[in-house]
Amino acid sequence: MSAARRFRWPLFVFAALVLGPMTWAAATPVRFDSREELFEIPKGTWARRMAGEKIEILPQEIRLVAGERDILVLRNRDDVPQIFGPALMMPGQSFRLPFESAAEYQFACTAHASGQMTVIVSEALTSPWARLVWRAGKILKRAKWLEQGG
Amino acid sequence: MKRALTLLATLAIVLAVPAVDAGDGAFKSGVFDPPSAAPDFQLQGSNGAPVVLSKFRGKVVAVAFGFTYCERICPVTLANLSQVFRQLGAAAADVQVIFVSVDPDRDTPDRLREHLQSFNPSFLGATGRKMQIDAVRQAYGVFAEKAVSENKKLGYAVHHSSSIFLIDREGKLRVLVPFGRSPQAILNDVNLLLKR
Repeated sequence: MSAARRFRWPLFVFAALVLGPMTWAAATPVRFDSREELFEIPKGTWARRMAGEKIEILPQEIRLVAGERDILVLRNRDDVPQIFGPALMMPGQSFRLPFESAAEYQFACTAHASGQMTVIVSEALTSPWARLVWRAGKILKRAKWLEQGG
Repeated sequence: MKRALTLLATLAIVLAVPAVDAGDGAFKSGVFDPPSAAPDFQLQGSNGAPVVLSKFRGKVVAVAFGFTYCERICPVTLANLSQVFRQLGAAAADVQVIFVSVDPDRDTPDRLREHLQSFNPSFLGATGRKMQIDAVRQAYGVFAEKAVSENKKLGYAVHHSSSIFLIDREGKLRVLVPFGRSPQAILNDVNLLLKR
C-alpha cells in the first residue's frame, strides 16, 4: 500500500476534526446578544472578604470588541461601597463605561493585587483571521476557567 | 523655561487632535446609575478662600486629582479641560474645574494658582492638610502614593488615579472620565450635564 493511500483516512479525519471547525470559526460572523460585558459584585462579598476569603471578581484583563461588545458594565450588589475597576461604587449602583476605539486601556484598581486593571478593546471582528483568533481566545479563557474549578 | 515648554508642547498635542462632532445624546465616559451625591469637601482654595464643593450647586463641576509637579498625567488632564473650556464658550461660566492636590506638602495655594493660571485662570486649586486630602481622596475612591521620581530634581512623584469626576448642577456625581478620553468626549459629557 502506498504512503498516500495509508495516510488518506487519517488525513481526512484530521481535516474533518481540525480544519472543519477552524473554517467554521473563521467564516461565521460573531454575534453578541448585547454590547455590554457585565461584572457584578454579589451580595455578601465584603463579609466574605472580611472572613478571610480571597475573592477575585474582576479579571486582571478584560477583552472587548469595538462596535460590537464595547461597553463595560460594573454593578455593586453588595451592602457596602466597593472600589470596582476605576470607580468607587455605592451599594446597588452600576457603572457603565463605553469604549469607542480599539486600544489597550490601563486603570488603577485597588481591587486587584497588582493595583491595575487592563481593558483590551480589539478591532471589530470583520476579517476571518480576527474571528478565528477571537474564538480561540474564548476557548482558552473557558479552559482556564474550568481548570480553576469553574 | 523647561516647564513652560512642556506645557506648550502638551497643549500643542492636545490641540492637534482633530475636532469631531461632539454630542450624539449619549455619554462618552463612565456613567453612574443611579447617581449618588458627590462627597462634599472644604479645602484651602488657590484663590485664597475656602473651596466648598456644595457652594457650586447650579454649576457643573469637574473635579480632578493631581499635583503640580506631575510631568505626564496632570498636564494632559488640565490641557484637555482647558480645551473643553475654550470650546464651551459662554457656557463655560456654568462649569467649574477644581483641581485637588494629592501632594499637599508641596502644593501651596500660591503654587496651585500659578500652575493653573497657564491652563485657565478660572480653574480652582484645592489643598489642605494631608489628613483632609486623604479623607477627600477616600470619599472619591482615589488612590495616591508617593513614589520615586524619574526626574531626581523633583525629589519624588505621586502615583495617583487620573480620572475626572463630573458632578451635575444638583451636586450628584454622574460621570467618571478615565484618563485618555479626548477633549471632544469630555465636552460631549459636560454639554449633556449642562442641558439637564
